[in-house]
Formats: sequence, C-alpha cells, structure tokens
Amino acid sequence: MENTARVKSEEMVGRIDGRLMKNKVIKGIFLAATAFTTIILMVLLYRIISQGAPYLSWDFFQNFASRRPEQAGIKAAVIGTIWMMSVVIPTAAILGVGTAIYLEEYAKKSALTRWIQMNISNLAGVPSVVFGLLGLTIFVRVFGFGNTIIAAGFTMALLVLPVVIVASQEAIRAVPNELKEASFGLGATKWQTIYRVVLPYAIPGIATGSILAFSRAIGETAPLIVVGIPTFVAFLPSGYLDQFTALPMQIYNWTSRPQVEFHNLAAAGIIILLAVLILMNSVAVWIRNRFQAR
Amino acid sequence: MALTAVNSKKKPEMMEQEERLVYNTKNLNLWYGDHHALKNINLGIKEKDVTAIIGPSGCGKSTYIKTLNRMIDLVPGVKTNGTIEYRERDIFSKEFLVEELRTRVGMVFQKPNPFPKSIYENIAFGLKIHGIKNKQIINETVEKSLRGAALWDEVKDRIHEPAYGLSGGQQQRLCIARCLALEPDVILMDEPTSALDPVSTLKVEELIQELKERYSIIIVTHNMQQAARISDKTAFFLNGEVVEFDSTDTIFNSPADSRTDDYISGRFG
Amino acid sequence: MKTPNQDVSPVQQLLEKKYNGGFLNRREKIIPIVLFIMAAVSVLTTVGIVLTLIFETVTFFKDVSIVEFFTATEWYPFSNTDPVYGIWPLVLGTLKITLIASLFAIPIGLAVALYLSEYASTRTRKIMKPILEVLAGVPTIVYGFFALTFITPVLREIFPSLELFNAISPGIVVGIMIIPTIVSLSEDALSSVPEPVRHGALAMGSTKWETASKVIFPAALSGILASIVLGVSRAIGETMIVSIAAGSTPSAALDLTSSLQTMTSYIVQVTTGDAGFGTTIYYSIYSVGFTLFVFTLAMNMLAQFISKRFREEY
Repeated sequence: MENTARVKSEEMVGRIDGRLMKNKVIKGIFLAATAFTTIILMVLLYRIISQGAPYLSWDFFQNFASRRPEQAGIKAAVIGTIWMMSVVIPTAAILGVGTAIYLEEYAKKSALTRWIQMNISNLAGVPSVVFGLLGLTIFVRVFGFGNTIIAAGFTMALLVLPVVIVASQEAIRAVPNELKEASFGLGATKWQTIYRVVLPYAIPGIATGSILAFSRAIGETAPLIVVGIPTFVAFLPSGYLDQFTALPMQIYNWTSRPQVEFHNLAAAGIIILLAVLILMNSVAVWIRNRFQAR
Repeated sequence: MALTAVNSKKKPEMMEQEERLVYNTKNLNLWYGDHHALKNINLGIKEKDVTAIIGPSGCGKSTYIKTLNRMIDLVPGVKTNGTIEYRERDIFSKEFLVEELRTRVGMVFQKPNPFPKSIYENIAFGLKIHGIKNKQIINETVEKSLRGAALWDEVKDRIHEPAYGLSGGQQQRLCIARCLALEPDVILMDEPTSALDPVSTLKVEELIQELKERYSIIIVTHNMQQAARISDKTAFFLNGEVVEFDSTDTIFNSPADSRTDDYISGRFG
Repeated sequence: MKTPNQDVSPVQQLLEKKYNGGFLNRREKIIPIVLFIMAAVSVLTTVGIVLTLIFETVTFFKDVSIVEFFTATEWYPFSNTDPVYGIWPLVLGTLKITLIASLFAIPIGLAVALYLSEYASTRTRKIMKPILEVLAGVPTIVYGFFALTFITPVLREIFPSLELFNAISPGIVVGIMIIPTIVSLSEDALSSVPEPVRHGALAMGSTKWETASKVIFPAALSGILASIVLGVSRAIGETMIVSIAAGSTPSAALDLTSSLQTMTSYIVQVTTGDAGFGTTIYYSIYSVGFTLFVFTLAMNMLAQFISKRFREEY
C-alpha cells in the first residue's frame, strides 16, 4: 500500500511541469485578451484624433452646420447640448435623489417597495431607442412640446433616472447609522436628519454616480433621433420650447454622409464630445477620491 | 426583590424630603420580534442623581436606556407595553412628540459620533434644527457648552476646524457638549467610555461628576468600577429583568440578591 | 402639560414655543408624500413605456394583420402599392449582430475577467479598471463611427467580397461595446468567491488555472451567466452602431457580408426620415419597438432569475 502510494505521488510530481506549462500558456492568452481591449481603445482614440484634430479650429466652434464641409461648424450642437443638459440635470437629480431618499429612509419593506425597486432595475435595461418612443409619444405628441429642447431633455432625464437613483441609494445607504442616531438624539425630526446629516454626507457619492449618468445623456443619440431632433440647424435656441440640435446628432449627420470630409468633421465633433466626457469623468473621479478618505 | 426607589421603605430619611423623579418606569415590557428583551421593568429615577445601569452583555441595559428617549423606535419590529413617565408625562403618548422628548433628554453614545462638520457646527446643530438662528445666542451657547464639557481650553483656538481632527476622548466630550447646548434635563449615556483609553475615560468620568450638579444622568456601563466610582444609584439588570436597584453603596457592599453579589464579585458576566 | 417650569432652562424655554406651532408636524407628513410621488415617476415611466407600445401597436394592427406580422418573411414598408410587414427579417438582423457580438465579446470578456481576478497584480488591476470604464463610457455614436470608418475598411482589405454595409463589422464593434459589461460583472462574481476557497485549492498543489477553472469559475457561474445575458441584452438593444455600419436593407438571408436591418435601426430609419404622424409606417415603429422591448425585458428578467436562483451561498 505504502509503496504504491509513494510511486503515485512521484508520478504526480513528474506531471507538474506539464501542468505549469498549461497554466502559463493560458495566462498568456488571458493577458493577450486584456491587452487587446487596451489596444482597441488606443486605436480608436488615435484614429479619431488623427482624423479630426486638423479640423479643430476657431471657425469650427463659431460656424453653424453647412452643406460645404469647409464651412461647417458645431456651434449649434454645442449650445444645444448645453440647453438640453440644463433640463436633464435638475430633472434627473431631483427625481433621482428624491426617489432614493424615499426608498432608503421612508419606504417600508413591503411588496410595493420591492416592486418599485425591481421596476427601477428593469428600467435601466430598457434600450435607449425605446425611451425615444416614449418621449415621442408622451412629450412630443401628448404634451404637445414638439421636437424641442424640453421634450428631448425630459426623455433623456427619464433615461438616466434609474442610474441616478441607484447611485444615490448606495450613497445614502453608506451614511453611518451613528450619525443619524446623533441627530435623532438631539431631537431632530426625520426630515431634519435627512436634510442636515444624511444628504451632506451622501452628496459626494450621489454626485459621482450622477455625473457618470449625465455624461451618458450627453453622448446618447438614438432617443434624440426618435423624438425627431433635427440635425441641420442654423440658429441658436432662445427658449426651452425651441428646436435645437445636439452634439451626437451633428456627429451622426456627418458620419452618415458619404464624403470623407464630413467624416473628418465627425471625428472633430467626436473629439469635442469625448473631451467633455473625459472632463466629467475626471470630476467624478476627483470627487470620489477627495471624499473617500472620510 | 426588585425594589424601586419609589416604593423603597428602607430609607425613611429619604422620604422626608419630597423625592422628585425624572423617570418613572412602570411594568415595562419590550420585545424584539419574539425575543422578550425587557421583562416587567419598574424603576424610578431621581432628579440630579447619577444612576448607573450595570449587567452582563445582552441583559437589556442598552435597550432600556434607548427606550428612555425612544431611540429604540429606530429598530424595526420592536413592541412595548407598560409605561415610562418622564416628569409625569407618558413618553409613549401621541401628545408627547418624540422630538420634544429627545430635546429635553440628551444622549451620549457608545462610540463618539460627531458630525463631519466643524466643532462649532457640531454644537450649533441642535440649536439650528430647533430654529434658533440668533448668532449671539449660538456663539454664547457654543462657548458655554464647550466649557461645560471641559473642552473649551483645548479647542478654543480651532472651533471652526473639523471635529474629526480631535482625539477620541475629545470627540466624546464634544458629543457631551453637543448635548449640553440644548440644556437638557436628563443626559443618557450608553457606555460612553467603552471606546476610550483610560486617560480619556478618567476625564469623562470627572466631567460626569461636574455635570451631576445640574443634570440628572443615567449611565449604562459594563465597567463595574466605573459605576462604583461615579454613581449614586445602581440598577443591576439580568436577562431583561431588574434584579436589584439601590444606592450604589448598598449594591456594591451589601447586595440583597445573591445574583448581584455573584456579578459584582466577578463570578459571571 | 405638567412640566415643572422652574426646571426648564432658557434655551429649553425657547424650544418650548416650537412644539405649539404644529408646523414641523405638518412638514414631516408632507415630505414623505412628495418623495413618494417622485418615486412614482419611475414606475410611471415603465407604465408609460408599456402603454405607449401597446396602444400604438394595437393601432398598427388595425392596418396590418397580426398573422402577416409574425409569419411573412419580408419587411417592405416603403412600397406605395403593396407594403409587407413581416418582422422576421428585422429579428434576424438583430440576431446576426447579437450572435457576432457574443462570439466576439464572451471569450474576450471572460478571459479579461479571469485575468483580472485570478492572475493580475493589484497594479495591473488599477490600470485596467479605468481603461474598461472609459471603454464603457464611449458613446455608441463614436463606436458606430469607428465601425464604419475603420473596422469595415480593414475587414474589406482582408475580405474583398465584404460589402460596405455588413453584419460583421458592426457585430464586432457591438461586441467591443459589451466587453466592459461582461468583464465588470463577471469579475465581481469571480472576486466574491472567498479567499479560503482559493487557498484550499492552491494548497493541494493546483495551479492557478486549475484553481480558476475547476473551483472559482464554477462557484461564480451564476454571476458570470448573468453578466453574459445582460451583455447580450445590451447588444440586442444597441442602435447607433448598427444604424451607421449595418445598412438599412431588411434581409431574410443568412448572409453576413451584405447590408441588413435590425429592429433598432428600422426605428431610426423611419424617425430620421419624415414618415408623417398617423401613417402605418409611423405606427410600425411601435410594433417593432414592442418586439424589441419584449426581447430585452425577457433577457433582463432571465439575468435576474439566474443571479437569484443560482446564487452561491458562501
């Protein structure tokens, strides 16, 4: 018995080299896959920058859309996106944080609460083009806003709402119970405790998650197309019930034209779009790091 | 066995001066779901006394002190019956707003829990939530409270700096100062020194000795020496019941119940 | 009130007034109601989506037979004389893209997840996390541009028979887009397998690969499956990449090298043009949207079911 056992274990040791080799090969494959995703990102960025950078001129920012590529600019799209976000941010932030406070601080653990929660996570998985159909029906037609800033802004706000809610819920849940107890112990009411203790503590977390959600709204195209946002706009909006165009719409328009010059303009537009998104992400990361120490 | 100060006939000399109770607990029962955590508690707590509540872990002492300012309401699934009267008002009644109760009765917690704000804002918090906006009153109260908590000299040059920069002991005294700002009638302390080092503990104990001149103090402690050092009365809790309640001197030197004696002399717990 | 007044301090006297106002009480009652109404907005959004799709689809089926919708193998709405509305070519287009995306993204995504959770140093992880976050944050319009202006030309160099609009290039790019979803959720599942389990296998002389493949991977399987299902669901709903790079020819052929149309890109095609409100074409986008919604909802519910039903208890 003892003898055979020893032989076996020696056999096993003898096989180790092969097993280690296999491990090494597989590790190499995995590493290659990881490197591949990085390379893709690099290629993507390189292509876009090399194609679009020469077109980034002062005129490009100053000019409206044009049929002639050398005269086309992105002014209306940039201003339009700013207008749209001035609807999206307050709408999604107020509704998102309010819902999160309700779910975390007030809602009882009932079937209704669970249902609302499930509903929010399902909503996060609905394709953006379907949100566009909702916006087209409700905001453009039923409410009669037409294809305006307010219709697009509300549609986008609903699209990013689930993300804002979930991020806010996590941030509120992370507030230490001791702080709430301290506040209640001093005779503060529930709302005073939420407003003066819970929210100030949770705001960095809420801001980080929400900024990421808002940057998604800036880059989304499909819902804008579906609610009928025009691409060829040669004026600036002066109110929320005006028509407008947005950055991704302008990029889409230039991309879908056959001429290479327009593709280059699209690349230049993408550089601006990505720059805005990277800026927003950096702010989010900065907030996260700045307040994480606490 | 479960003697309460109210019914105590042992000390007729005490009966001569009228005994004024801040808290009078009558037949209090409390359940966490199915767990019967407090069983038929009867306790009368006297004004301007330091009353210590001792007992092994899980005996219900923390639950009891949290019931006194209804912080226990924050725990889901808690049921109570019986009454607790604060100054002859039923704390469970609808007319007695829980916020008012907690304004009159301050609480200091196990772990120091200052808000992530400045020292000044920590103390001003209580005043502000209760609608006192007068800067002068706030400034005066901040200083008075910090002096009251023996912290003023240590922090007077940096009251606008974050409270998290203070040491653990200082933070706990800040929490006491935060309580004092509302000039409460009673201060509840739930193991206030359990997270502190011995030197900080000593300072907090000295502070309690000073505070008893003006406030009624109820303190839960797992440290029997502490109870013996600072309290006038001691209640011994076991398995959710009050085994014995008497003067600290009696509890520690000649307890009536053998279980109290066992606990005091360290045979269990 | 029987509060003995001589005991009440000056500050307490100030506070006393407050409890006679009743204002606080009213505010405390109104606030939860307001917050509940806010929470109701997200529920109303779902209800709005479902009702919108149902009502407009019902209107669509007044013009078009439901049997034709499910059985006809042609989607040809723009004919003036004889339009045909058979959803199959659009579903097939979506399936082609989803299939290519999955074949591309699942192996790569799982390899990256395994590398990050089992092999990579903390430093590598720290570098890769933000890269994946950036990749996840790239708007789909940018991916669409990348597919049309880079991937397609490169593929056509290699396979000259490939048409300008095809299934392969957008399929690959949709795959790139869903890699971060698969990686981050799978990695969460892999890393949540407790260290002692890992140590147990390693202490028996297993290599890292044996530990990963025979112990960790099976233990994390439910989370991994859920991540794949969610990734696939995103691929089904992806709109811009296919609108830009896959063309707009509804096709019932199994060919991957020529132009096609997905459910999403049909909606975009109709809404970019000016199909007037009230026409059959206008209502058809809701019937297509409804079909799409049912597909993605089913996938999302499947993902939730998997991660709940097969949750590993450690």
